[in-house]
Amino acid sequence: MILIWLISILFIGGILAWASERYNQNYPRNIALLTVLLDLLLMLSILPSEPITSEWITVFQIDWIPRFGISLYFALDGLSLLLIILTAFLGAISIGSAWNEIKTQTGFFYFNLLWTLAGVIGVFTALDLFLFFFFWEVMLIPMYFIIAIWGHENKNYAAMKFFIFTQVTGMLMLVSILVLAYSHYAQFGSYSFKYEDLLSVSLASSLQFWVMLGFFISFTTKLPSVPFHSWLPDAHSQAPTAGSVILAGILLKTGAYGLIRFAVPLFPEASLTFAPIAMGLAALSILYCAKVAFAQSDIKRLIAYTSVSHMGFVTLGVYAWNEQALQGAVMTMLAHGLSAAALFMLAGGLQHRIHTRNMGDMGGLWTQVPRMAVVAVFFSVAALGMPGLGNFVGEFLALLGAFQTNIPATVIAAFGLILASVYSLWVIQKVFHGEYSGEHFDEAKLTDLSRREMFYFGAMMLGLVWMGMYPQSFLDLSQPVLAQLLSSSQGVVSNLAGIQ
Amino acid sequence: MMTITFADLIPLQPLLIATLTVVLVMSAVAVKRNYVIAYSITLLGLILAGLASFYLMPNANYQVTPLLIINAYSLFFTGLVCLTAAGICVFCFPYFLDLQDDKEEYFLLLGLATIGSIVLVSSNHFVSMIIGIETISMSLYGMVAYPVQNGRYAAHALEAAVKYLVLSAAASGFMLFGMALIYAQTGTLEFTSLTHSLSNDGIGESFSITAFILLFSGLAFKLSLAPFHIWTPDVYEGSPLPSTIYLATIGKAVIFIVLLRVVVSTDALSLQSVSNAIALIAVVSIILGNLLALLQKNIKRILSFSSIAHMGYLLIALIASLDSEGTISIETITIYLVAYIIMSVGAFGVASAYSSSDKELDNVEDYKGLFWRDPWLACIFTGMLLSLAGIPLTVGFIGKFYVFFAGVESELWGLLLVLVIGSGIGLYYYLRIVYTMLLSSNDNENSSSGIISKNFATHAVLALTFLLLLLFGVYPAPLTLLVESISSSIL
Repeated sequence: MILIWLISILFIGGILAWASERYNQNYPRNIALLTVLLDLLLMLSILPSEPITSEWITVFQIDWIPRFGISLYFALDGLSLLLIILTAFLGAISIGSAWNEIKTQTGFFYFNLLWTLAGVIGVFTALDLFLFFFFWEVMLIPMYFIIAIWGHENKNYAAMKFFIFTQVTGMLMLVSILVLAYSHYAQFGSYSFKYEDLLSVSLASSLQFWVMLGFFISFTTKLPSVPFHSWLPDAHSQAPTAGSVILAGILLKTGAYGLIRFAVPLFPEASLTFAPIAMGLAALSILYCAKVAFAQSDIKRLIAYTSVSHMGFVTLGVYAWNEQALQGAVMTMLAHGLSAAALFMLAGGLQHRIHTRNMGDMGGLWTQVPRMAVVAVFFSVAALGMPGLGNFVGEFLALLGAFQTNIPATVIAAFGLILASVYSLWVIQKVFHGEYSGEHFDEAKLTDLSRREMFYFGAMMLGLVWMGMYPQSFLDLSQPVLAQLLSSSQGVVSNLAGIQ
Repeated sequence: MMTITFADLIPLQPLLIATLTVVLVMSAVAVKRNYVIAYSITLLGLILAGLASFYLMPNANYQVTPLLIINAYSLFFTGLVCLTAAGICVFCFPYFLDLQDDKEEYFLLLGLATIGSIVLVSSNHFVSMIIGIETISMSLYGMVAYPVQNGRYAAHALEAAVKYLVLSAAASGFMLFGMALIYAQTGTLEFTSLTHSLSNDGIGESFSITAFILLFSGLAFKLSLAPFHIWTPDVYEGSPLPSTIYLATIGKAVIFIVLLRVVVSTDALSLQSVSNAIALIAVVSIILGNLLALLQKNIKRILSFSSIAHMGYLLIALIASLDSEGTISIETITIYLVAYIIMSVGAFGVASAYSSSDKELDNVEDYKGLFWRDPWLACIFTGMLLSLAGIPLTVGFIGKFYVFFAGVESELWGLLLVLVIGSGIGLYYYLRIVYTMLLSSNDNENSSSGIISKNFATHAVLALTFLLLLLFGVYPAPLTLLVESISSSIL
């Protein structure tokens, strides 16, 4: 029942925030923040005090569309819990980043923000595939509005591209889901969209490959991975700061979550044969997008490309499909959620102050905004994978696990770490070092981070240090889930390995 | 040998009520012209007819004369048609209020068209089918050309009506020729006795194929499927909005029902060439409809091209009926038609709330900034457009889900791919309208601000469609169960 509350609190909060606008322009943001904090508290209250033994922490199930055996089936395990806590945490942060930036139509803005979060939490907890698809699409529409209304100069193009990419590939996934559900009908005599039921469906191997591909394309578009990544730089650079934070921090993780939860476990055989291609794409993503990041002069586009590059480690980890690699993928998801969100907030903060994202116009800002510079260095260093911070743990584990299954792809991907340090330091140098010239912008607007901003950057720093220094507290939550996923596909994998 | 007993009249109640309504309106007009009275009688009569059919629906199964079959399925659509017509009637009232002409007869035509629709959804015989189709078409010619005395828009209305008249008559010719060939082959005009007797007996298979292709092209014209769609955008654009709504919703839905009946009861799809032709028409309609909609600047034209694509989606479900088990494809068509009626009435309804017979607000540009000017109607419009695009939370998604399901069940991979591509293109023009509404309107105050419809009933109908849109989008179980239970009765 608590899962329903987690989602409906956000839906209701969104409506309240919208309705409250007519009384006072400042009410929506307060209501939104309270709603998200309430949600976060609820989530922390479910945190199990002792190691999880049963498969799900909590389950909710009730019939929804009996015609097709579709039910409102939500369940929470360690993996979902980590991700929804990340969602609520970044949700609160993004409200913070929008606090002073969004000045028009505030009610509708916070409505969309909360509904996106609700959709994401639905995605992370839904275990009926129809329901999953439902939320998968529900989170799109408010995000479209956020980009299309409060975005920057080229917002129509960016919002449209974001929507069409995700929606069209989503329909491919819908076809795949329906094939599974119909196969369940053909094999067991009843329609079902339940995760456990569909796990037991066996498909002919040629069909299985195509059905798996439907999921893979949909998830890697969201993730994103080369060659489906081209929507992301546009969406990120045009979205308002809060939109970028949610996109980079949370929405991208739904794709990774889908790969771990659905794409591989539902089609273990097809995924195993497909793994070399997926890992190759991941390595390509890592290097290609790191390279492209150099060519950007727009700071948000640059961060967007580095996001794609980092998410490559997640794909790499997932398709290596062993415990270390999966742990690495999960840690990368969490750590990248924080570091990318922080970097986008810094870029957004800069843009809010000096009205440009062009790095050519910046330079030598260190003396003007020392606090911001220090924060930027911290998160850049985190993103490049400095030991002691969360990203290092994730990427290291992912590479370690991947090395056991696919050495060439891993070796190539490892070069991404070098490129990452080069472009991260390059950004710092371009923006904060060098000659200061205030001629491209209004110097009076260039103020250092306020206490409020320092507070939420501090919270994210704390999170990254925690992940880096004591990752065990996160690994403990996700370990039983991953072990379960691995063991259920173990039979198939070892069978195939035997044949080869 | 045909006698009608009193007991036969009971299942005919909806039809009789609708007919009585038309007679009453006509008499009222003859006694004294009064717009409000004509409107009230029509509205009341249509609502009554609708309620009567839903009341009769459980356990209904009557064959009234060989011409009409009254069962749960036909009564469901009778009810839907009557209530939709009542909704359109509500939109008419403010729209024609200021028309400088006799305006009471519009309700007469609306009622007549509804009678035709009721006959058509109950028809079980080629004779009642042609009667139904012609009754609808005849009334629609009048409805399309209605504001013909009215200055600026007159030329368009007349042009639209003549185009529709000429092409529609030609299509009826094709259809009649097809029917004649079928009669020559089988010696009967009843749908049910045609079953399975087509390819084996008579003159031969190629004869049946010709007959069905002719029949189908006539119906495809009425459904504005490509390549028989050329009239659609012009007629949609030239007609007064209430007529456009009637043509786009009821006019399409009832024809599709009769097509479904013909196909299901004659097993026409088992002829390979017929099903190939239908598949080809589906592909062309989806691609062409969506692509041409991209180029339009007028909302009525955009929706007309999108309706071509939507009819194409429906054809996928129709083709799926060939080798799917059970009633899934019939359910798909039923659900999709319900969804299509809800969202089309809503989308055109918003446009009609801003329009009158003097000035129609049908350019996309006119809706710039609507979201901030009139958030309520903009929300409804956005909901309808997202539903047409098939986005969840709306009934359009449930419809599209069914189409996908029917396609998967019959393994129509190629058609599904076309559906995905078509829907992808479709997103672009729907979102473009949504985006235009989101723009700030400060920079063009002059064009359209200030006109906000104040008619309460119009808003009530729009609110109702919006409610149904969300209700069936979020909780479709009642609708799906009802449709599942009535769909078996069509077989």
